[in-house]
Amino acid sequence: MFDNLSFKLDRAFKTLKGTGTITEINVASTVKEIRRALIDADVNYKVAKDVTDRIKEEALGRDVLIAVSPGQLLVKITQEELTKLMGGAKEDINLKGDPAVVLISGLQGSGKTTFSGKLAAFLKKQGRQVLLVGCDIYRPAAIEQLKTLGGQIGVEVYAEPENKDAVTIAKNAIAHAKKTGKKTVIIDTAGRLAVDDKMMDEISVLKSTVNPSETLFVVDSMTGQDAVNTAKTFDERLDFDGVVLTKLDGDSRGGAAISIRHVVNKPIKFISTGEKMENLDIFYPDRMAQRILGMGDVISLVEKA
Amino acid sequence: EKSSQNLFSKLGKAIVGKSKVDDEVLDELEEILITSDVGVETTIKVIRRIEERVSKERYINTTELDKILREEIASLLEENNTNDLADFDLPESAGPYVIMVVGVNGVGKTTTIGKLAYQFKQKGKSVVLGAADTFRAAAVDQLILWGDRVEVPVISHGMNTDPASVAFDTVKKAVELKADVVIVDTAGRLHTKVNLMNELTKIKRVMQKFIPEAPHEVLLVLDGSTGQNAFIQAKEFTRATDITSLAITKLDGTAKGGVVIGISDQFKIPVKYIGVGEKMNDLQVFNRKEFVDSLFKK
Ligand SMILES: Nc1nc2c(ncn2[C@@H]2O[C@H](COP(=O)(O)OP(=O)(O)OP(=O)(O)O)[C@@H](O)[C@H]2O)c(=O)[nH]1
Ligand SMILES: Nc1nc2c(ncn2[C@@H]2O[C@H](COP(=O)(O)OP(=O)(O)OP(=O)(O)O)[C@@H](O)[C@H]2O)c(=O)[nH]1
Ligand SMILES: [Mg+2]
Ligand SMILES: [Mg+2]
Repeated sequence: MFDNLSFKLDRAFKTLKGTGTITEINVASTVKEIRRALIDADVNYKVAKDVTDRIKEEALGRDVLIAVSPGQLLVKITQEELTKLMGGAKEDINLKGDPAVVLISGLQGSGKTTFSGKLAAFLKKQGRQVLLVGCDIYRPAAIEQLKTLGGQIGVEVYAEPENKDAVTIAKNAIAHAKKTGKKTVIIDTAGRLAVDDKMMDEISVLKSTVNPSETLFVVDSMTGQDAVNTAKTFDERLDFDGVVLTKLDGDSRGGAAISIRHVVNKPIKFISTGEKMENLDIFYPDRMAQRILGMGDVISLVEKA
Repeated sequence: EKSSQNLFSKLGKAIVGKSKVDDEVLDELEEILITSDVGVETTIKVIRRIEERVSKERYINTTELDKILREEIASLLEENNTNDLADFDLPESAGPYVIMVVGVNGVGKTTTIGKLAYQFKQKGKSVVLGAADTFRAAAVDQLILWGDRVEVPVISHGMNTDPASVAFDTVKKAVELKADVVIVDTAGRLHTKVNLMNELTKIKRVMQKFIPEAPHEVLLVLDGSTGQNAFIQAKEFTRATDITSLAITKLDGTAKGGVVIGISDQFKIPVKYIGVGEKMNDLQVFNRKEFVDSLFKK
């Protein structure tokens, strides 16, 4: 599937090959191809422009070592820049308070409910007492879905099927957690569009009511150019603490990760890699950078050159 | 509307009296197309076509450019092969018309099925749904709730049962009931999972024991906010099970779903439906002109 990218970079590197230095002229076509590759990987158009401008500046500023070809150098710089962009060291989830409250947010179908279950299982393994809360009062069978997952992982699910007010349910759930000695409360919410004011109001009221120590924005790794708009609005309304990138078990390149980081500057804290409850991982920026660039290919390409 | 007019007056200024589209115009166009998820390759294709036409038709004015642009993009979108599918009509079939719905996880398959059932019912058709997603937590419950909501029967064997046998029984029951339409829900699956993709072939095959032409339609549901991966989804699902039509969901958001232009062009699959919300009447028959216009709206 990376044929296209290989071909394009190959072509671009040919221009650079043989020349020992990086100049404004010979870097231009390579940078353009890198930009294309980023856009093909779903990095936002403007973000890709910013990133490649930065790469170009880096490249022009550097002396080319005799041992390194300009092509190799550019790939290295690109990878470094992307890694830097997505945040150096990994950041942990913040669980302060008694109980600590984690609020889950995101678009429809992004993987919130599944992730809520996974996070509960993950924290339970660390010995924490967890309560899952079903605040999705809209989607058909959303509560049943959460209850099924809770059953699979042996975590209690709090829900009020007759109640049509998510904020009250969440408040009652926290009271219930206190009463039953649960140290962590994970609140699953309904999927919503950033342009749906009523639903965005609901979740921002929910947030100010339950005062979570961690608010997470769950995003599908297959998301395209729109990722920036959505992330921006959710961040403006919720000031979320971290991002969860889902469905990375597929072959999506996940360029949205760069776009979101670039636009809202919040760390990616977890990645979701399957439908099973154990398919949860920590985010590594360097691996993500390689994935976005289709690095296996790029490296072999440079070696070939 | 306003922003599109602004764009074209801008484009127009740059182009009037020239026989070549200059860089400023192309940059503008590129940005619009790329940020709509049209993708680099299709964007280049569109731009080439525009350049070609403009070089032939000198002294082009804004209105003409606007028209050419929209025509070129629309021409990449496969026509619906059932002529003038202006509404939720279905072709004639001997016995129930069977639709199998497939796609990756969370794109909106089950919801689209609920909405389709509602539309067909409105047209006076009798509908039977099959709950062949027996895997995703509470998937069967979700479809049953949709069935209740739009008042159509749902055939199910419960969770963790064989999806092919659910599909088989659904078609069987539909024949017994002399139903007009059967819609079979399937579990979301990433196209990279070979076993799950093979399962689709099996589901298809068992239905053919009852109705040799079934499924008459395999509807691939794509999430409108998906980027370039939708292209690979279309490719792989087409390979596994001949896709006959597309539905694009979640177009009530800010995503434009432009990736479908290249998909429709390359795979010659018509887009039939678009999802514009979560309620039962939030499904529309795809309209090429409106879709192209929407790309140029802010
Ligand atoms: N392959 C894969 N599928 C996933 C992953 N995470 C979630 N899913 C699937 O994606 C679909 C949607 O997941 P949900 O957890 O229901 O998503 P949601 O955000 O809660 O959806 P709404 O509540 O409807 O907004 C389901 O089929 C999940 O099984 C993942 O990491 N990989
Ligand atoms: N805003 C909006 N939401 C939609 C649309 N279509 C579906 N949804 C929502 O997207 C989420 C996922 O929809 P489902 O129908 O469960 O998707 P699915 O493809 O069946 O998911 P899996 O079976 O888990 O793979 C739900 O919250 C739906 O309400 C749409 O057109 N617009
Ligand atoms: Mg959910
Ligand atoms: Mg479903």
